[in-house]
Amino acid sequence: MATEATGAEHADAAGLAFHPMDQFIVKPLFGDGPVGLFTVTNVTLWMALAVVAIFALLVLGTSSKATVPGRSQSIAELAYGFIRKMVEDVAGKDALPFFPYIMTLFMFIVFSNFLGLLPMAFTPTSHIAVTAPLALLVFLTVTVVGFVKNGGAFLGLFWVSSAPLALRPVLALIEVISYFVRPVSHSIRLAGNMMAGHAVIKVFAAFAPMITISVGIGILVTPLSILAITAMYALEILVAFIQAYVFTILTCVYLKDALHPAH
Amino acid sequence: MEGDIAQMGAYLGAGLTAFGMGGAAIGVGNVVGNFLAGALRNPSAAGGQTATMFIGVAFAEALGIFSFLVALLLMFAV
Repeated sequence: MATEATGAEHADAAGLAFHPMDQFIVKPLFGDGPVGLFTVTNVTLWMALAVVAIFALLVLGTSSKATVPGRSQSIAELAYGFIRKMVEDVAGKDALPFFPYIMTLFMFIVFSNFLGLLPMAFTPTSHIAVTAPLALLVFLTVTVVGFVKNGGAFLGLFWVSSAPLALRPVLALIEVISYFVRPVSHSIRLAGNMMAGHAVIKVFAAFAPMITISVGIGILVTPLSILAITAMYALEILVAFIQAYVFTILTCVYLKDALHPAH
Repeated sequence: MEGDIAQMGAYLGAGLTAFGMGGAAIGVGNVVGNFLAGALRNPSAAGGQTATMFIGVAFAEALGIFSFLVALLLMFAV
């Protein structure tokens, strides 16, 4: 989101050690060249690490198939059961063919979020360029599934038959707008939450080394900001999971609309 | 002195969108507060409704996120 130019300039102007948005700069992993379509960047690295971590948990962790599961197998089974129950409860039994897709979405987002919390790490999900394709894919899937399963009856989603007839065209307009706004809010919710939390932590982190230049009561700035970083970090661990959960459950809600469009 | 009055207006508007954050905070607080009020009256029914609460939170939060979107548009697109 932040370009290199704004980051460097602001850091000088504000007297901070670094700009809070510097952590979101996409840069090539090798060398200093421009970022092209196929450049291997830090985003590529952290997305690949997320995939490797998921593979380690779900494939290697469950390879022993023990009757009494070990630690990693317990976590893998817990995640599987959690998402499967969510799909069944929210979207209904006939949404279970989409369970692998929803499980993939959840695991990718939750692992990107958690890996991004490591110090010096990069959070792929803090970029709209990463979350927008995820949300658009959900949007396209839901629209295609809705029309394939229901045909023209899918348009009944916009025609609120329980409302008075005079109100229906107005409601239909609102429903159409809210339908097409879904991918926007779906993607920006995730990216915005991840970006904002990490930026707040970095703002406090920039205040932390000020003990070297502060006098009098100002020496309290450093311990207070370290306390604030700790508290924000705890909150971010919660947010990292909640946002992955919200993204997944909204996917289930949208899928329910596609499978049962009647209002 | 640099920049022009239009840019000043854009940045002021981007700052004013922070009020949207307050609106989202009230909305999310309302949803969770009412959920908690209901959950304490009937704790046995609360477990099945947490998913509904999170959906409500997500929808309330979406409007706050649109103010963030307006701020982004004002800063980088206008």
